[in-house]
Parts: sequence; structure tokens; C-alpha cells
Amino acid sequence: MSELAIKATAIVKWFGEGEARTQALRDVTLEAYLGEMLYIVGPSGSGKTTLLSVLSGILRPDSGSVSVEGSDIWNLGSDKLADFRLHKIGFVFQDYHLFPRLTTAENVAVPLILKRMNWDEAIIEAKKYLEIVGLKGRADLPPVKLSGGEQQRVAIARAIAGKPDILIMDEPTASLDGDTGHAVVGFVKNNILNGKRCILIVTHDERINEFATRILKMEDGRLTGYEKGGSE
Amino acid sequence: MNGILKLAYKLLVNDKAKFSALLVGITFAVFLMIQMTAMFAGVLSRASATVFNLGASMWIMDPAVQTVANTIGMPDYVLDATRSMQGVHYAVPVYSGGALVKLADGTYQSVTVVGLDDTSLFGRPQLIQGKIEDIYGENGFIVVKDPEFPKLGNPHLGTEFEVNDHRGVIVGIAKVASSGLFGVPTLYTTYERALQYLPNPRFTISYVLVEPKSATDIAQIKQQARSLGYLALTRDEFVSRITAFYMFQTGVGMNILIMTIMSFVVGLSISGQTFYTFVLENLEKFGALKAMGAKSRELILMILFQASFTALTGYGLGIGLCALLITLARLRLPDYAAIITYWNLGLAFAMVVIIAAVSSYFAVRKVLRIEPFDIFRG
Repeated sequence: MSELAIKATAIVKWFGEGEARTQALRDVTLEAYLGEMLYIVGPSGSGKTTLLSVLSGILRPDSGSVSVEGSDIWNLGSDKLADFRLHKIGFVFQDYHLFPRLTTAENVAVPLILKRMNWDEAIIEAKKYLEIVGLKGRADLPPVKLSGGEQQRVAIARAIAGKPDILIMDEPTASLDGDTGHAVVGFVKNNILNGKRCILIVTHDERINEFATRILKMEDGRLTGYEKGGSE
Repeated sequence: MNGILKLAYKLLVNDKAKFSALLVGITFAVFLMIQMTAMFAGVLSRASATVFNLGASMWIMDPAVQTVANTIGMPDYVLDATRSMQGVHYAVPVYSGGALVKLADGTYQSVTVVGLDDTSLFGRPQLIQGKIEDIYGENGFIVVKDPEFPKLGNPHLGTEFEVNDHRGVIVGIAKVASSGLFGVPTLYTTYERALQYLPNPRFTISYVLVEPKSATDIAQIKQQARSLGYLALTRDEFVSRITAFYMFQTGVGMNILIMTIMSFVVGLSISGQTFYTFVLENLEKFGALKAMGAKSRELILMILFQASFTALTGYGLGIGLCALLITLARLRLPDYAAIITYWNLGLAFAMVVIIAAVSSYFAVRKVLRIEPFDIFRG
């Protein structure tokens, strides 16, 4: 068995007040390992994104614990939690959230700059990651000049530039056509996973299931079983 | 530059439309604020021109005098009494009044006539042509070469004119530190000649100019003048009295204050709203930064830097624009009364700091409230 990356135990999360109060996560327990690509699938509103947010230190659960590489992240103070996200987690947002006023290389350099790396060094480093994702010649262009697939790759380059152990990808193929989405996730599997990262992907897209190590199903805030790689 | 500040800088200036709008707002506000207060400073400086130009340490006057131009004559014994006061090093009379001179071409021109003490010529201007002793010659007058000088037909040494049916001759051309407020040329002559040539009321001394033996004697000179029924002021106190008159009793000060406040409000509205919109449009990006691991204080630092950079750039541009306008105005109107003082700059700077602080405050509140989870939820 590979090394444990994330261990979530009995996670509960509620949203809203009074009659509008709804339970988004119901006693969710899961483990994710380094070297695996773990998909979380399910219908809209099933709690996938909420779970991803709790696991990545963005959304505090009402109860339960999340342990990443042995430490309980929800016992950390806000600065320590920010440091945890900066050093341990790489995010690929559904809408990429690239900075349109920065060049592609500057976008990729953002996590490095947050890590206090010198600006020029960060840009040089960022260009290496752009090369890794196959965008060597696009470093000085603004993201708006790139195609959807290329923007997705920039977001991936930004997510891995900080050398995180865990990569969080929210609907990575939602804005891409079938072939491009397939190519991007295949690229992540073959070039980013490297057997030493844990990649969590929330998706609706069954066309990329072939790349998953395990696929967890969610419904109404519960993990309801495995589609692939686990036992029901 | 710190990487995070450089990131903030690029996010700001690369959004050219917003950055331009911000700069225009602050530049315009600073320009208006400095222009308004510079005009007022110019008016006040001109209003006290005679006080600055004569250079006396203390002035004794009728208590009802509000400005140096509105003199109330004092009897001769005031001069004698002043000279015998404890702590007075010396005291001289000065005449200051208006007159109408008839020029060689037959036209009339209003002038200010300053009559200097015959013995000492205390307060005499710096001559650029002629000799000071010629002021004692028959009908001798010295003319000040300032922006009003051409109104006397650009006189030269020997130019003649009439004043109150007396002949006058220009025997010197001088320069002074500050021109008067009312746009009329200034002539210097001796005190006695001023009394002879110009129609006068019963009491003729406009002011007694006093030099105290030391600064510690000022208080007792004031006390002794008060016991005579007159008012003794230091130069700065007299300037403050003139300033207070124009500020509070003419409406000029209130109008300038209102315009300055309006400029501030306009600047605050434009810049505050534009900066707030800028932050709102980038709110998701700030949320993404938060999700990626940026700490709240780093986001606050970015916003403060953006607001300060914009404010200071607009401040510099506003000052430059104002200086340019004053320079251009003076090319057309040499006696245009506007001066940029440290006080003007300080006031505008304080207001720009307030604009930046208020703009930042609302932006920071918004950014601190954004939850990274909202970025995930889209």
C-alpha cells in the first residue's frame, strides 16, 4: 500500500440557518494515497466540491477531522492553515482563475511569489513548469490569448509550481471539449502524478474515468461506494 | 521590490482602463485642491506684501486696522512715545496710502505710495537702477518694477508724472519681494514728501515701525503701546491678522474652503468608487490567492500598496498639472496671484492619504470577507 496522503474521518458539514439549513456532508470518511488519482463523482449538489474544500483546508467542517500526512489540518491556526495550503496543496479551479492582466509565466509564478521567491527567479522557475505542460512558447502571452485547453494547462502548471504533494482539480474538463479534456487529464496522469503525488479530481465526465486509480461515488452528502478501484 | 508588491503593482497598472480612471480622479482632485489653496495663498501673500517688503520686526497701529492697506492715521506723539518706550531699539514712521498719478500721455493711474522715514529710509526697496540718495532730490520717487510696472507706461529714470498737481520724477527703479494684491503700481518716496504731495487727514502716521532691543522686549512694547491706546504686533502677528481678515471677513476664505472640500469629495467619490470597483472585479482573484495560501495580511498589503501607489502618483501628477497651469497663467497674466506653498502641498497630501485610506478600507473589508470556498463553488 502507498503512503497515506489524506485521512478524513466522520466529516459533517451543514450550510444555512433555520428551515434553510441543509446537511452537505454526512459522516464522510475516506483515505487517499500518494501516487493515486482519486475521482469523486456524483450528481450536482451531492457535496463533492464541499468535500474537496474540507479536505484542502478551505472550508472548516462542523465535526470530524482531516489529517494530511499525519497532521490534523483543522487544528491549525489561520496563518498555519494558509501555509499548509501554500506548501502542500495545488489547486486547479474549474474556471482556472488565471489573472488576465498577468502573463502566462507570471500566473504560474504566483505560488512561488507567495512562497517569497524573488520575482525574477520565480519567472524563470515558472517557465520550466510551462515547458513541462507543453506551453514553452506561451510564457509572455496573457491567458486570454490562449485556448481553453492551454489555459487549463497553465492552471495545472501554476498548481504544481509550488511542488505540492496533493493536487486538487475541480471539474478539470468542464470547460473543454471531449478530446482536449481527455488529453489534459491524460497528461496529468502521465506527467504530473509521477507516482508520488495524490491527485483528487471532482468530475462529472465519464470519458476520463480510464485515468482514475479509484472512483468514489457521492450522493446526498454521503460516499455511496466505488465505481472503480475499491470495494462497495 | 518585494514579489507580492510587484504582483500588486502589475495587477493594478496592467488594468490600464481602471488605473487611468483612478489616476484621473486623484490627479483632478489634487489639482483642484492645490489650485484653490494656491490661489488663496497667493491672495494672502499679496495682501501682506507691504508687511513683507518693509521688513519691520514690529508694527504699531490703530487697533481698528485689519489690513495693511486700510490705514488709520495716528498722531505724531505716538512716534515720540514709542521712541521713549522701554525695550525699543529704534522706531520710524511710515506712510502708506493711495494716490492718482497723471502720466505723460494724460491718462490717470492709481498707485500705492509708501513714504519712508526721511532719516533712515528704513524699509527701502532694493534698487536695480538709480541711486537711493536721489530719493532726497526734488520730486524724487522710486518705482517698483513688478507686474504692475507697465501700467505706468514702463517708466525709466527721469520719467515725469503728476501727483495731486505736484511734479514727480522717477529717480530709481526697484524690486521687492512681493507685489501688492490690488493690481496697482507702487511708488516709494520720503515720508515728508508723501505728506506734502498727498492729501492727508489730521493724523498722518500710518504705522510706526519698531525694532525691539531683543525678542524679550516685545511683550513690554505691546503692553506700552496698549496703554497708549494703540496696537503693537510682530510681523507674523500682523500677517496673521491680515490673513484672518481675508479668511473670515471677506467670504474669500469660506468660498475657497467650500471649493477645496468639494474637490476632496469629488476626488474621494471618483477614486474611492473606481478603486472599490477594481477590487470587486478582482475579488475572485483575491479569493483564488487566498485559496492558494496567501495570508490575509498579504492581501491587505497588496491593497494598501495599490491604493498608496495610485494616490501618490495622482498626487504628483496633480501638483505638476497645477504648477504647469500657474506657469502658463503667469505667462499671460504676470500678476496672477497663486503660489504653491508647503502648506498647500501638505493639505493636499493629507486629503490624498484620506482618499487612499477610505478607498482601501472598503476594499480590504470586501477582500477579507471573501471565502476561498466561494471560488470553488463558482
